[in-house]
Amino acid sequence: MSAGLDQPAERAGLTGSAALTSEVAAYVARLARIELSAGELDRFAKQLGAVLEHASQVNALDTGDVEPTAHPLPLRNVLRKDEPRPSLERDAVLAEAPASEDGCFKVPRILAEER
Amino acid sequence: MTGDGAGDQVSGGESQVSGAGDQVSGGESYGDFEPVIGLEVHCELRTRTKLFCGCPNSFGDAPNTNVCPVCLGLPGSLPVLNAKAVELAMRIGTALHCDIRPSSFHRKNYFYPDMPKDYQVSQYDEPINVGGWLELPDGSRVGIVRAHIEEDTGKTTHAGGTGRIHGSSYSLVDYNRAGVPLVEIVSEPDIRSAAQARLYAAELRAILVATGASDGRMEEGSMRVDANVSVRRRGASELGTRCEVKNLNSLRSLTRAIDYEVRRQVGIIEKGGAVAQETRHFDEAQGATVAMRSKEEAFDYRYFPEPDLVPLAPDAAWQSEVAASLGPMPAERRSRVSELIGARGGTAGDGATSASQIATVVELGLDGLVEAAVTSGVDPGLALARAANEAAAGGDAARGLDPAGFTALLKLEAARKLSATQAKAVLAEMLLHGGDPATIARAKGFEVMDEGELATVVRQVVDESPGEWHRYLEGEEKLAQFFVGKVMKATRGRADGKAVIAALDRLRS
Repeated sequence: MSAGLDQPAERAGLTGSAALTSEVAAYVARLARIELSAGELDRFAKQLGAVLEHASQVNALDTGDVEPTAHPLPLRNVLRKDEPRPSLERDAVLAEAPASEDGCFKVPRILAEER
Repeated sequence: MTGDGAGDQVSGGESQVSGAGDQVSGGESYGDFEPVIGLEVHCELRTRTKLFCGCPNSFGDAPNTNVCPVCLGLPGSLPVLNAKAVELAMRIGTALHCDIRPSSFHRKNYFYPDMPKDYQVSQYDEPINVGGWLELPDGSRVGIVRAHIEEDTGKTTHAGGTGRIHGSSYSLVDYNRAGVPLVEIVSEPDIRSAAQARLYAAELRAILVATGASDGRMEEGSMRVDANVSVRRRGASELGTRCEVKNLNSLRSLTRAIDYEVRRQVGIIEKGGAVAQETRHFDEAQGATVAMRSKEEAFDYRYFPEPDLVPLAPDAAWQSEVAASLGPMPAERRSRVSELIGARGGTAGDGATSASQIATVVELGLDGLVEAAVTSGVDPGLALARAANEAAAGGDAARGLDPAGFTALLKLEAARKLSATQAKAVLAEMLLHGGDPATIARAKGFEVMDEGELATVVRQVVDESPGEWHRYLEGEEKLAQFFVGKVMKATRGRADGKAVIAALDRLRS
């Protein structure tokens, strides 16, 4: 990740209070690898739109003198010592996988589009 | 970072080209164009365990033996940050003159099997180290944008076809590396040549090793470099369109890839075309960069704050403790060795050779050996050469050499009690198994060849090669080495080269 913090969400029209289009819903669904019918896209676009609408109401508040909250818990620096703990048995781990080979997880071919 | 699989070590890259002291291929010229380069360096941290769990951080173990519910992303598991990783990140930041800031973690979401969680935890808009700079041995300075903490991804091997993603029928995944702590160091686009990029990477590697954060082994992937390259007309102030070049596994690849990429971009612009912003992969065998993604689709990683981790804010006391524990950095150590050698004189080689040897010993952390030997009276040229060549060849073992043993060995060699060849053999044994040089020499049956025995052998090889001997007598001096070689072979390295030449001289006169 380079230094520039791109905001693809803005390009996709995910911010602001404008109504969420079903194209944007389709984009989000594709990022999440969820297959949705046209009817579902329409319905979820409306529901997600309502969520965004709510967020934009919160966004409209003047929070100039409120410290940003990075986490709901009032905690910082939760750390552990650099001490090894036992790992899992490989056979038990791989037994949970759909397929394995040579001690590795075997996964389907990665599609060229995904490169 | 490696969501697109760029970090996969599928093709066994060439091995590391050692030493900051390597000759950089200077003098690249791109006519009216100037390259603008920024580097992103991923450094695996030398912790005992992973970033968020207690699995061992260990290279080369059998696949999937260092995995647990946390690094496999099993439901219900929770990450806890490794304090040592934070300390090492702060050591890096301090060495690079960065500000250490309160920071937080985000999830970078993507679908690729190198991360079983389907996201990588990384620092995004609030990295731990911000701003800074690195000064190169040539005096130039490269700005540092940030140096943030993130976790490494697993290793995928594409089965079938060429080993690349394209054409493979399935992939095998090893999650031993998933969750290993990394610091990513992002430079400003301040670099103006492939040679300068190489100097930067070598100096950064030396600094990472000096901080104790990294072992600096590029060939094992513990330091990986991506280059952002663009070109512009000389004198122009705006930046050209950049391409990111991945898979740079050695300093040599880095230099070659940048040089290729700059020429490619200049070629496009000279023909009136426009450079497309894209990610490219350096193909070691072809010596060329190739586009990785056909579509110009910006990856949307949907970063959001990692809810399972709380913010990190090292207090001033911890920061000063880290700063105080940092030893001298490579630049300072190089000057110290140079001064020591300058003060002692002796037979240190020409300036360029000894500068290159000094750079190597400092980069590999062997300057302590040289200092110990030289301060106890060993000739600086000999100490530097044995440290930069034979000891350095021992890799990690060299850092474990006992300075007193190293010094004792060089004293035996300087006193001609061991020939150079024998001394090298003893050093190799010390690197392998440790031990006292005199004891090892005795065990190997190394002993001084007395003058009489040597004279007999010299006489013998001279008799075997009357033609060469005649030419030597006629003044063909370089044949001395021919006889030295013969004597070495006959004595299995027990003879001392200088003593052989002296014996030849005696025969000739």
